Amino acid sequence: MFDAVLLLMLFLLAIAILAGLYRAIKGPSMADRVIALDLISIMMIALIGVVSLYLETEAFLEAILLLGILAFIGAVAFAKYIERGVIIERKRDD
Amino acid sequence: MSWLHIFILLPLLVAVIIPILYKKIARIHTGWFVLVVPLAIFVYLLTFLPMIAGGETAMYTFPWIPSFNIDMSFYVDGLGLVFGLIISGIGTLVVLYSIYYLDKGREALHNFYVYLMIFMTAMLGVVFSDNLIVLYLFWELTSISSFLLIAYWYARRQSRYGAQKAMLITIFGGFSMLAAIIMLGIMGDTFSIRELISQSDQLVQHPLFIPAMVLLLIGAFTKSAQFPFHIWLPDAMEAPTPISAYLHSATMVKAGIYVVARFTPLFGGTMEWFWIVTGVGLLTLFWGSLLAVKQRDLKALLAFSTVSQLGLIMSLLGMGSAALYYGGGELAHLHSMAVLAAVFHLVNHATFKGSLFMVVGIVDHETGTRDIRKLGGLMSIMPISFTLALIGSLSMAGLPPFNGFLSKELFFTGTLNAASLDIFRMETYGFLIPIVAWVASVFTFIYSIILVFKTFFGNYQPERLEKEAHEAPWGMLLPPAILALFVVVIFFVPNVLGEYILEPMMASVLPALVGQFDFHIEAWHGFEPELFMTIALVVLGIVLYLTLRRWIGLYNRMPRALSITNAYNSGLKGMESISRKITDAHMTGFSRDYLRYIFLIFIMIVGASLFMLDGISFDAGTVAHINMFEVILSLVLVGATAMVVFTRSRLAAVICVGVLGYIVALFFVVLRAPDLALTQLAIETVTVALFLVCFYHLPRLRQKEEGDGFNVINMLIASAVGILVTLVALAANGHRLFPSISDYYLDAYELAGAANMVNAILADFRALDTLLEIFVLCIAGLGVFALIKVKMARREKNENQ
Repeated sequence: MFDAVLLLMLFLLAIAILAGLYRAIKGPSMADRVIALDLISIMMIALIGVVSLYLETEAFLEAILLLGILAFIGAVAFAKYIERGVIIERKRDD
Repeated sequence: MSWLHIFILLPLLVAVIIPILYKKIARIHTGWFVLVVPLAIFVYLLTFLPMIAGGETAMYTFPWIPSFNIDMSFYVDGLGLVFGLIISGIGTLVVLYSIYYLDKGREALHNFYVYLMIFMTAMLGVVFSDNLIVLYLFWELTSISSFLLIAYWYARRQSRYGAQKAMLITIFGGFSMLAAIIMLGIMGDTFSIRELISQSDQLVQHPLFIPAMVLLLIGAFTKSAQFPFHIWLPDAMEAPTPISAYLHSATMVKAGIYVVARFTPLFGGTMEWFWIVTGVGLLTLFWGSLLAVKQRDLKALLAFSTVSQLGLIMSLLGMGSAALYYGGGELAHLHSMAVLAAVFHLVNHATFKGSLFMVVGIVDHETGTRDIRKLGGLMSIMPISFTLALIGSLSMAGLPPFNGFLSKELFFTGTLNAASLDIFRMETYGFLIPIVAWVASVFTFIYSIILVFKTFFGNYQPERLEKEAHEAPWGMLLPPAILALFVVVIFFVPNVLGEYILEPMMASVLPALVGQFDFHIEAWHGFEPELFMTIALVVLGIVLYLTLRRWIGLYNRMPRALSITNAYNSGLKGMESISRKITDAHMTGFSRDYLRYIFLIFIMIVGASLFMLDGISFDAGTVAHINMFEVILSLVLVGATAMVVFTRSRLAAVICVGVLGYIVALFFVVLRAPDLALTQLAIETVTVALFLVCFYHLPRLRQKEEGDGFNVINMLIASAVGILVTLVALAANGHRLFPSISDYYLDAYELAGAANMVNAILADFRALDTLLEIFVLCIAGLGVFALIKVKMARREKNENQ
């Protein structure tokens, strides 16, 4: 019963990722795509959590943490890129 | 290591010290030191003569690569010994001649004598080798040293052209002979000529017999300047005259004759051998004599005459091989006379052609030209040279009292005998042989007369000569005089030569008939058809010579485009242009084209082997259960991939690559690979960030954002590769033959004290891979650093300027 619920959750999360992909493809603006990517990352965090429950293992908890950080950094990097055109700015006095 | 080995390799050893002698003892002409070498070899080889005349042979073996059956085995029999005597004897005379011919101060003598000594060893090696691989080694060495000698005056364009031509043609033949040698080695399971000959009865049945014969003959024909490979010999006349006399009349061009004679016991007695050797020989004889008449340059005339005479010897060897068909008895004896004529003429040709070349060299040296239109009236100025030229030419024309007459008569006998053969389908074409031979002899007579009369008779034209003509020094006259002496002496005592030299040679060519030769060479043998043929050819020859002016113009009617040299030149040019076109067509410089080739060839090889080996299989039993959410994730994967391919925006493509990587990481999670998932997530993020960094630096011009053009071929190739890889993966899954070895690593905790099996494999069981992967990353990092630094430094330098 519990497994069935977990599978259902996985299914729903997968659909959410699919929806995120639709937005990433459709656009129309670059910001839409970046937000979609961020959404996919968060959905993946959730999905990894559910998978860990389903597989009854703690091995993937690090992946959740890592993904949380990466999703944040990625979103910031994209945001900076869209706004400034660069990710890492050079020093002024160079 | 026997004395024979030492004497054969002696010139090579001397070649090492020649440059030292040349530099240290500049006062004395280097040739005097070199002269000792061929003389010593000649004297040494003479000691074999009584043994050979007694019908014995000798074998000296020195192991070289025993595991491959390759030994330096030298075999002394009649054929090899006579060739050895010709090589060392004429070598001595040529060295003596060259001392006076080549100037001490102006010429690079050390080069000349080093090449000459290499050639001498090579040539001696060819004629004495019993091992085919060693024979081939020396054979190629003659090609190379001949190449060096032809291009001795390398500053001249014609010399380089001639050397290249000779090299290409003889090396082509050499390779063909190597193929034949390998075939013979496979057929007889030995590289020894004598062992091959002893198995000749079985080898005739072998399927490789005919290919080996043809390839061997191509090698022999290219070296001996037989039709249509004769074209290199006239161009090789750019070499110094001593070289022309030595290599291109007496020795190297006879290497092919030697090979044909040497292999007659193996291949002779078959119809193919008889027809190829006789036919090519006669064609060469005819064509060479025809072309010799029109030459204006004395050396070119002699070159074509050499071609023609070599054809004569070759055709006689072909005709004589019929004797082996009979194996004994009256008919065999009859046809063995052709071989006698061949070996006799071989010796005669070496004497008179060597002396003629030397005389021509004297004329060239003392008048400054070899053009017969400028020469004339030298008889009273150069009486000795004239006498020598007359002897040589009349011998070449086949007149008494010179040795050429005897071998010419024997040649006619041989052709008449061959025409009466009733084997090898001779009844149809046999009558042609004496006719072709006779016509060729008429032309031989004409060019021999031209050689003497145009040079020494007529009017002396001092204004057209570069130097004032005068007689040559004695040192230059002595070598041709010695040869001319042989020409006359052999005529008067041919049977001494016959007993000591010709009979052992025949025994080597026709071993089946040993002991049955009883011949007696006579200048006068009654009113036979041969005598009438000779009289008729002399009469016709004189008539044609007197009317030369009227018909020499016919040669100009011969279309130049049809000549073989023209075919060679345009063939060479055509090969160059075709290969350039091929290269230009496929080496486009675009990596997209090279990728296409790589993928196409991948499809062809993998696809063909998959289908031809019937490798497609799909085993449903090993497939795991698929969940619905996995299907959806796969759909996301496919969607992201499609987006990467079809999007018109680069940034969208980068984002989709990111999605792709994350979903792959998710699959790693679902398929229970936590370490992989972690790494994949981190790496994917970094990669996407790097893509973005690159993005910004694209040049402004190309920043126009447009998708890649659609290309049907690319799509077909890409789908084919995709389908093929999928099929291979499915097939590999279906063909799993052994259980996996990964069960062993399940005990990682006991074996390595590690709870994490992946990490245990990476850092313990197979840590070497990890080490090298670390290296890869280090190199990549350093590479990136270096690239950026170098570029920045260059930019700063440009700004400073």
